[in-house]
Amino acid sequence: MTTDTIRPTSAPRSAGLGLIPGLAATFSREFSLEMFRRASFIRQFELQTARARDAERFTIPVYLAVGQEFTAAALSMVLPGVPIFAQHRAHGLYLAFGDDPAALRDELLGLPTGCSGGMSGSNAIQGPAIGLVGHSGLMGEQVPIAVGAALASQQPVLTVCGDASVEEDYIYPSLGWAASRPLPVLFVCEDNGLSILTPKAVRRTWSVVDLARSLGVPAVDITDDPWLIAHHAREMSRALPGFINIQTVRHMWHAGTGVDGVPEWDRYQLVRDEMTRMGLSDEVARIEHDTTAQAKEIWA
Amino acid sequence: MTTAETIKAITRDHLTRGHGLLLGQCVTAVGWIGGTVPNCDGIVEIPMTDVAGPAFAVGCALMGRRPIFVVRYQGFMWYNASSLVNYAAKSRQVWGRPCPIFVRSIGMEGNGIGHTASSSLHSLFMHSPGMPVAAPMTPREYRAVWEHFMAHDDPIYVSEHRRSFPLTEDLPAPRHRRADVTLIGISAARLNALNAVARLEAAGLDVDLFHLVWLKPFEPEPALLDSLARTGLGLVVDSDYEVAGAARSFAYELMHRTGVPVHALGLDDRVCGVASHLENITPSATRIYDRVVQLVEAAGTRRRPAQARQHPRLARTAPDAA
Repeated sequence: MTTDTIRPTSAPRSAGLGLIPGLAATFSREFSLEMFRRASFIRQFELQTARARDAERFTIPVYLAVGQEFTAAALSMVLPGVPIFAQHRAHGLYLAFGDDPAALRDELLGLPTGCSGGMSGSNAIQGPAIGLVGHSGLMGEQVPIAVGAALASQQPVLTVCGDASVEEDYIYPSLGWAASRPLPVLFVCEDNGLSILTPKAVRRTWSVVDLARSLGVPAVDITDDPWLIAHHAREMSRALPGFINIQTVRHMWHAGTGVDGVPEWDRYQLVRDEMTRMGLSDEVARIEHDTTAQAKEIWA
Repeated sequence: MTTAETIKAITRDHLTRGHGLLLGQCVTAVGWIGGTVPNCDGIVEIPMTDVAGPAFAVGCALMGRRPIFVVRYQGFMWYNASSLVNYAAKSRQVWGRPCPIFVRSIGMEGNGIGHTASSSLHSLFMHSPGMPVAAPMTPREYRAVWEHFMAHDDPIYVSEHRRSFPLTEDLPAPRHRRADVTLIGISAARLNALNAVARLEAAGLDVDLFHLVWLKPFEPEPALLDSLARTGLGLVVDSDYEVAGAARSFAYELMHRTGVPVHALGLDDRVCGVASHLENITPSATRIYDRVVQLVEAAGTRRRPAQARQHPRLARTAPDAA
């Protein structure tokens, strides 16, 4: 079967999917600046991590969040304190929700002071201080674990997976059970359209948003605009379960520091542009100066 | 009180007074798992998902509810294993976060239930770091395993067997000053071993019988090692598959500790069928009897010919049908 013979049913990938005109302006200046600060730090930390990996300061596989920073940043702004069940490429969540970046660095370096004492590396990190539950490395497994946690605690939980993970056997029964009981789970899919390098259209014809809706879980398919993510996450959290498919762009390889070409879009630059239009260019420059220095200091 | 009633009482106490949960498929239907599941709060019927279901229990464990996870047919553990071995068993060692789940995995065999649902698979879980494995049969043994679970933070794989449910007392463990062979039983094979011992003794062979409850960690009691040293011959019988299974693993371990030949007998290396003549079940008393006789004869002609000649009544097949 070739890609030509498969009919994709998902919404076309777009930097503008689901955008709500004027939405950013409905958030406070402080909200936008703090969200940007978190995303900026993720980017700078990850770039420094890539440099450290390239310099062979460590040699384990690394799953960088460059390009996908604003999903974590936006979620952290509206869902503080919820238990988080994520998978590989979770550096962004770890940093955005506020766990110790030095412990993440040490984990990559394999030190006892790492967030998992060197046992988990990049793809299975945990963040005990922020409620980021460790992931085994088996993608998608965190989703039913999150559902079980919601059942046991009857408190809202956040679970984040990817567009390949939703094809795992774990997902359908998790969505179905969360809808049936119902359980307070916010399902988020970071949909970068790739499973390693295999495009989504090669792997499936169905849409996970359609799947979620068919099971009775309210679902939206949106781009990775942070204000849009924050808006939907906040609204859905009023009556969980809910499902947000976020179309985003992975700038680097699935694992490693390589780059395959120009990304489909650069959300970071798009947000900078929006912040400039909001009259926040000076603040943005200061934040970037600070986060760059902070990230360099951590990796010095 | 039977083993089934003991399980039910333990469960009721855990759910009603211990803030616990019990999760499983169809646990409140058709006999409530042989009368082992109480009718009380805390019972959670999960959907028919043998892949995600155990992960639901993992999430409950991470939230401190110490769930009991029930798998009605132990053969289904091939499909239920992933999150138990890949997450629950690893959680404490990787993230320092306990994930205590009491896995009730119930062995059934024969009676036409076929290859997918039947057999015991405790050997499969013995391979996984971080998960103790037990096979209690009697009420006292079951309660001891439960108390261990509640006193520790590891998930536990409990290889139950339906034949344990009506038992009320500990099983006899005959010992002799001059036994001919040391027999070590696991799970339902213990019941067949007892039957075989009676026939062997009627045939003139004295047998020391030991019952293994904790399969992992495997810590053989001194009396077992002493018995092997005296008899010079051992046989481990199990309800799980023999190839790469618990019986061979323990035989290997015991041989290295004692220098005594220890053999293994478990399920054949073949897929069982539904028809009775195609079943592949726990070694019967007859099979155990025959294997012991064969081993004693072989050992006797090699090491103790005088003693071997003292048993002219030994027959290749037990006097009674198994």
